[in-house]
Amino acid sequence: MAGSSTTTMTITLKAWRQARPGAEGRMERYAVADVSPDMSFLEMLDVLNERLIEEGRDPIAFDHDCREGICGMCSMVINGRPHGPNPATTACQLHMRSFRDGDTITVEPWRANAFPVVRDLVVDRSALDRIIQAGGFIGAATGSAPDANAIQIPKESSDRAMDAAECIGCGACVAACPNASAMLFTAAKATHLGLLPQGQPERYRRALAMVGQMDIEGFGGCTNFGECEAACPKEISVETIAQLNRDFLKATLSAR
Amino acid sequence: MGWIADFYRSLIGKKVMMAASGILLVGFLLSHMASNVLVFKDPESLTHYGEWLRSFGPLLWVARIGLLGLAVLHIVAAIQLTRINQQARPVGYQRLRAESSTWGARSMRIGGVILLAFIVFHLLHFTTGTIFPGAEFEPGEVGRNVLVGFSGQPLVVAFYVVAMVALGLHLSHGVWSFFQTMGLNHPHWNRARRVIAWVLTIAIAGGLLAIPIGVAAGLAGR
Amino acid sequence: MHLDSKIPGGPLAEMWDRHKFELKLVNPANKRKFEIIVVGSGLAGASAAATLGELGYRVKCFCFQDSPRRAHSIAAQGGINAAKNYQNDGDSVFRLFYDTVKGGDFRSREANVYRLAQVSVNIIDQCVAQGVPFAREYGGLLANRSFGGAQVSRTFYARGQTGQQLLLGAYSALERQIAAGTVQMFPRTEMLDVVVVDGQARGIVTRDLVTGEIASHAGHSVILATGGYGNVFYLSTNAKGCNVTATWRAHKKGAAFGNPCFTQIHPTCIPVSGDYQSKLTLMSESLRNDGRVWVPKREGDKRPPGQIPEAERDYFLERKYPSFGNLAPRDIASRSAKEVCDEGRGVGPGGLGVYLDFAAAIQRLGKDLIAERYGNLFEMYERITAENPYEVPMRIYPAVHYTMGGLWVDYNLMSSVPGLHVLGEANFSDHGANRLGASALMQGLADGYFVIPYTLGDYLATAKPAPVNVDRPEFTEAVAAARAQVQRLLAVNGTRTVDSFHRELGRIMWDYCGMARTAAGLRTALEKIPVLRAEFWRDVKVGGSGEELNQSLEKAGRVADFMEFAELMCLDALAREESCGGHFREEYQEDGEAKRNDAEFAYVAAWEYTGDTAAPRLHKEMLAFENVHLATRSYK
Ligand SMILES: Cc1cc2nc3c(=O)[nH]c(=O)nc-3n(C[C@H](O)[C@H](O)[C@H](O)COP(=O)(O)OP(=O)(O)OC[C@H]3O[C@@H](n4cnc5c(N)ncnc54)[C@H](O)[C@@H]3O)c2cc1C
Ligand code: HEM
Ligand code: HEM
Ligand code: SF4
Ligand code: F3S
Ligand code: FES
Repeated sequence: MAGSSTTTMTITLKAWRQARPGAEGRMERYAVADVSPDMSFLEMLDVLNERLIEEGRDPIAFDHDCREGICGMCSMVINGRPHGPNPATTACQLHMRSFRDGDTITVEPWRANAFPVVRDLVVDRSALDRIIQAGGFIGAATGSAPDANAIQIPKESSDRAMDAAECIGCGACVAACPNASAMLFTAAKATHLGLLPQGQPERYRRALAMVGQMDIEGFGGCTNFGECEAACPKEISVETIAQLNRDFLKATLSAR
Repeated sequence: MGWIADFYRSLIGKKVMMAASGILLVGFLLSHMASNVLVFKDPESLTHYGEWLRSFGPLLWVARIGLLGLAVLHIVAAIQLTRINQQARPVGYQRLRAESSTWGARSMRIGGVILLAFIVFHLLHFTTGTIFPGAEFEPGEVGRNVLVGFSGQPLVVAFYVVAMVALGLHLSHGVWSFFQTMGLNHPHWNRARRVIAWVLTIAIAGGLLAIPIGVAAGLAGR
Repeated sequence: MHLDSKIPGGPLAEMWDRHKFELKLVNPANKRKFEIIVVGSGLAGASAAATLGELGYRVKCFCFQDSPRRAHSIAAQGGINAAKNYQNDGDSVFRLFYDTVKGGDFRSREANVYRLAQVSVNIIDQCVAQGVPFAREYGGLLANRSFGGAQVSRTFYARGQTGQQLLLGAYSALERQIAAGTVQMFPRTEMLDVVVVDGQARGIVTRDLVTGEIASHAGHSVILATGGYGNVFYLSTNAKGCNVTATWRAHKKGAAFGNPCFTQIHPTCIPVSGDYQSKLTLMSESLRNDGRVWVPKREGDKRPPGQIPEAERDYFLERKYPSFGNLAPRDIASRSAKEVCDEGRGVGPGGLGVYLDFAAAIQRLGKDLIAERYGNLFEMYERITAENPYEVPMRIYPAVHYTMGGLWVDYNLMSSVPGLHVLGEANFSDHGANRLGASALMQGLADGYFVIPYTLGDYLATAKPAPVNVDRPEFTEAVAAARAQVQRLLAVNGTRTVDSFHRELGRIMWDYCGMARTAAGLRTALEKIPVLRAEFWRDVKVGGSGEELNQSLEKAGRVADFMEFAELMCLDALAREESCGGHFREEYQEDGEAKRNDAEFAYVAAWEYTGDTAAPRLHKEMLAFENVHLATRSYK
């Protein structure tokens, strides 16, 4: 029973250290002993950080909040994989039992022009918010809504919309994409809203606006590598990308 | 017409242009393959085919210029997109493990460069005859040129083989990618998109690959 | 301090409508002249900021996460209640009102709860219009599920991610207003203090978490929607950043704190696995529909569960509460689990856990059906524990989950400081002594979408706050004080990490102010907390500087506030000499069940801050029950 396992491991961590935005950074090595396999990856970092603080050194800054895979705050590339080696798992849900005693583990921040490093593993993902600002919403001012059951929505549409809506906005898709493209994130939102009847009036305007913003932010373009889908902790499908492409094309052809 | 410029300025616009030109080039290659395998029937048919094409006169030039336009569009868009995409990650990873992308997807850029080099060489080889190692190039004698061009020319054959493998990889991803870029998807036939891509790839790259190899192996009749 | 609840007169059902009519309005052109500060971007804060922006106010919204979308509301799983009666099963506004008052063990205000039930229906309409993909039936209409404490199906849900979907709806409305220029967003910004000018809340002091810059912002009114303080226990199901700082600082500036001791302990969480544990994960309550809860009959029985024969198992919930069995309410199920563990019959490492066994259900319904119902929860459990719940029983243990207490507010959601409004989990709220499942999301959105937009206008139109700017001495002094606090924290430079203090505080709170409380235990806690706090200020080691991203410093500020707040919580628990809802005093029970004392304690305890060394003053807002009858809750 792994849950009660008592053996501990020793690992070597190679982590990216960078004091502030724009500063020079480097990888540093840390030996971490007495790691329990039942620890989460972030708890292992906590233990290391407490030790660093006690030794008067700077702890490794990393984003996190909910620690249960839903807020999208945690963001680090572990051994070359955004969120680490396990599929459909955020970094905060990754446990040390996925590693072996003696392993060397590399940890790096998301790397993208549009995600400047703030400190160590913390990056600035506000570009994703600005993509939503450009059009990732349905304009329904408070109080103006009809009865919720006034529109019937086929279960299939609603289920597919929900599949896309599960995106937690973590940016792992950008981190994994060889082009640092935010296409999966953008497509997930456009698809979620585009599949619902409420989302129709703004559908094409939305596609143009969100894609336009994505370009402005300095993300790369999608060339259909599909790495984003594999890295996505919520398993958002690249089919959403095809959907956004289609909406964008339609919008271009019909807008004038 | 400003909207075309706007469209092209967006990353998706460039990609759509690439996909559209790419798929037209695929169309050309399909017929190119179908005609060139005639060499296995007998070289004469291939020669006749060439004569028939030339009988269109100016129209052929229109087609040639069109083809060139497509290629230029495809390549320019590819270069621009590649540059933007490289700028999107100025600081790279110490380590990034690819998980799911195919060999085809990962070799698009290098494959494209090989294809470009190939096309230049290929035009100098069979169209103008400027470079035609081993023998005399005879304008118009298409079937004969193919036979002579590949016989006893291991280096030429090898280059063609490498180029056709690159083409195969390029298409295996490119055709699927075309559907994706154009938004041609539907849960019912998303699987079929991969199948179509592989069928076209095997037909085109396989058919063309057979020619230099077959000729070199003496399978095409003299 | 005078607390006026401002409950409108007249029949319950007409109060809100009449009140809305009587509230003064701000004309559209004038709204632009008012600047509103909203702290928090969870369901309550985001919905308020977006709606106020739509109305034309100039809004500044703050959150400490890197994006407003990551507020802790995102983590809510189960669902949101609304009295839609779409199932035609007898639901009504009155029934939702009744269930909520009863579920809260008769410690909430009737008028507020009734309004909550009334606007619940608008919430669902609003969310659907925004594109929230609630679960649907094949016919295309909305689906409902039932939830604890209710006999009707009124819970709307979006898979196991209801909070996420609702928050993304509110967030998208907020982003739309940001794009429109009505709302200015300040992410990665922590509020450190409220600024009161001439008796009115007129601004806040903030720290930019990236640059460390301490600044202030002035406005015509301040709205706090900063969530709950469950992390005073260190381990809870709350996100790591949840804190009491905003509400505690407001309290120190004059806002009364209501019912601080009312905390909810959720029975089905994954147990602690080691000292390094940083948070607890909730397993949806729905699991108790099919899982059976048991422990070995014999103390210290360490056999693996599979080797313990039926006859040697104690299905204690089924034994003690034959009619509700495994579905006994949260507080009761939690306490029973604690009892058997205290008897030494707990399971798993450390003995703090009970089994939640699906073997019988799998045998009866088949593995496929169980997988369909709970598949994702089983996966999540396995991911965390590496145990397969299809084969071995889950181990669960209660964990701190929600805080009913919060800043005291009147019917208009205004605290005892004029101009300071408090929404969502941060206020003392509508849930009395115990919150029913799926009601917190409802309350957050009700406050933000449908209450504050009306009541804020009335405040602005009546109080007519004059323009102020941040050059006033009140602002500069507050900024200086916040800077001094940061310097003080950094200057200690002792030997112990912030987390080590937080863990120790959490243990004290859990042991003495947790699931079962006694006067003696609370007194012990009240002795230990000041000692720990003194040690904190003597020996904490923060490290780094104040002019950079310094997560240790962020935590230190929060823990310093928890250290002060914890005392108030224990005082409140000590003063409430009865058992009700989440507050269980061992001295007050009957046959092992909570014993409420309506004659003496049917009131909201609102505490007034009187200075760092002086004891806080208790004010009582008496609760009148005119529409529901006070009854004992029994689940036997
Ligand atoms: C695991 C879990 C599951 C739950 N499931 C359900 C459920 O199914 N149904 C239900 O009804 N309820 C549920 N709840 C309860 C419910 O989610 C919360 O009570 C509710 O979401 C609180 O919303 P809020 O807007 O008040 O606060 P929050 O969502 O906590 O937002 C607080 C905001 O304030 C900001 N903030 C806090 N402090 C500061 C500061 N000092 N400075 C600046 N900003 C600050 C934060 O950044 C954040 O934006 C659940 C809770 C948990 C923990
Ligand atoms: C001659 C030099 C060529 C270069 C430099 C080149 C380059 C590229 C590049 C870089 C891509 C993009 C890859 C990606 O986006 O993932 C691409 C896509 C493509 N190419 Fe080419 N290519 C060349 C020739 C060809 C030829 C000859 C064909 C046709 C036979 C072709 C067909 C395609 C197709 C169909 C795509 C996919 C478009 C899409 O993703 O939607 N390419 N090419
Ligand atoms: C092994 C494979 C191939 C063989 C045997 C082959 C053969 C030929 C021959 C014989 C010609 C001359 C035709 C004529 O003059 O009438 C020709 C022309 C041409 N080929 Fe190929 N080809 C091959 C692959 C390709 C590929 C992969 C491409 C493109 C990527 C290509 C593009 C062209 C073009 C553009 C011309 C010029 C057509 C014209 O002049 O109108 N060929 N090819
Ligand atoms: S699409 Fe997936 S990887 Fe990208 S932001 Fe959303 S959840 Fe993260
Ligand atoms: S990996 Fe990148 S290229 Fe497209 S399919 Fe995903 S965004
Ligand atoms: S910390 Fe919230 S998803 Fe990882």
